[in-house]
Amino acid sequence: MELIQLAVPVLLKGLWVTAALTLVSVLIGFNLGLGLALMRLSSNRFAIGFAKYYSNVFRGTPLLVQIFIFYYGLGEVSLIRNNAVLWWVISDGSRCAVLALALNTAAYTSEILRGGLMSVPAGLVEAAQACGMSRLLRFRRIEFPLAIRQALPAYGNELILVVKGTSLASTITVLEITGYAKRLMSQTYAIFEIFAIAGMLYLVVNLLLVAAVRSIERYLMRHEARARQGVSTPLLDGTVTV
Amino acid sequence: MEFGLWQIWDAGWVGAILRGAAVTIAVGLLSMVAGLLIGIACGLIKWARIFPLSLLVDGYTSVVRGVPELLVIYLLFFSSVEFVTKVITAFGYAGLAESGYAFVIAVIAIGAISGAYSTEVIRGALASIPSGHIEAARALGLPGSRIFRRIIAPQMLRIAVPGINNVWQTTVKDTALVSVVGLQELMRTSYIGANSTRHPFIFYLIAAVVYLVITLVSQAGFDGMERLLRLRARR
Repeated sequence: MELIQLAVPVLLKGLWVTAALTLVSVLIGFNLGLGLALMRLSSNRFAIGFAKYYSNVFRGTPLLVQIFIFYYGLGEVSLIRNNAVLWWVISDGSRCAVLALALNTAAYTSEILRGGLMSVPAGLVEAAQACGMSRLLRFRRIEFPLAIRQALPAYGNELILVVKGTSLASTITVLEITGYAKRLMSQTYAIFEIFAIAGMLYLVVNLLLVAAVRSIERYLMRHEARARQGVSTPLLDGTVTV
Repeated sequence: MEFGLWQIWDAGWVGAILRGAAVTIAVGLLSMVAGLLIGIACGLIKWARIFPLSLLVDGYTSVVRGVPELLVIYLLFFSSVEFVTKVITAFGYAGLAESGYAFVIAVIAIGAISGAYSTEVIRGALASIPSGHIEAARALGLPGSRIFRRIIAPQMLRIAVPGINNVWQTTVKDTALVSVVGLQELMRTSYIGANSTRHPFIFYLIAAVVYLVITLVSQAGFDGMERLLRLRARR
């Protein structure tokens, strides 16, 4: 009981750090991933090559190595040490962790979104072209909404991987849930109890994320729910909005 | 930086890194095998819904897959370290605690993590076997063990190959995490090298390249295996 009183407030403090790390890196990572997916599907050979190598390198090496390269390694390069902005990013553990996590999740996200974008039927895109939609409008109204619908379940899994990835920030001095948990474990020797509480926090975060993804999915698939209820929907009324 | 590489070569770091890579691969392979055994057992339990056991398996997979690997490693390592050191010193092998023990715990931890992912892969593969095949085998009066060996296992393994590939890739990458508890694998060796030569960038870059080689080579191997299985299936 005493232990819970000691551990829970500390771990909750870590929870906010974990949540912040996740949120920022997902926001950056999603946009980068979208960009990479579009590069991969473009007709520019260099863009395709770059996106492919990027995703292979970041998916083929452990996140821990990436974090260490950014935190310990890049400081050695004088070009970065002398650049004020880059040094600002590199010099702090949590900024570094966000950078590594964002670049890492961008690689996985690009694969997921690429799959989603490739699943958009060519006929729909051609129809939009025939309607005279500009490329941007076509992407915003037709391709992206359909792709995200397809990609969302896989993206939900990726979000959980990001939450778990934030635990590695504890290796570069950022105190989030795992960092505090390790410290508490070595202070109290109540290893299993601390693990249980910290693990519970992670499970709650993941559960909330899964619930959020589910509700977004339901929102995006509301046309199907309506169809199932038998409410008359003007088929293909063309209002694909996001 | 240019003669950083020379220094690394001269001081024999290349050999150390290769030894570290060998430890990484050994931990990866052993935990993968352990994970697959766990995965097949738990996958079967989950698939057949054997009542009290399937609840346990559900708990195991959702906890291990939802909680960061690092936390699981800390749990297994810290909770056992005192006990094991006491036992080992009591038997007079205090030196063994340094090398052997970390390796064993690493394999147990990574194996447990890999096992949870394997369970889901195996369960998915089992679920995609048409139930008619099993019913037909039962109608022919085949005993359960032979149904498993002749009907279920071959189909399951073929369907599971891409999933097992994914699990293997994450398992290899997860082995980097045991470096934080002191096992001298690739990551730990690079860490020591980075600290003693003051060239962290080169060392971690080398580590990244070695990991990349491991994952790319195994990717090629799995691609080949998939092609082989597809050819066999077509005949």
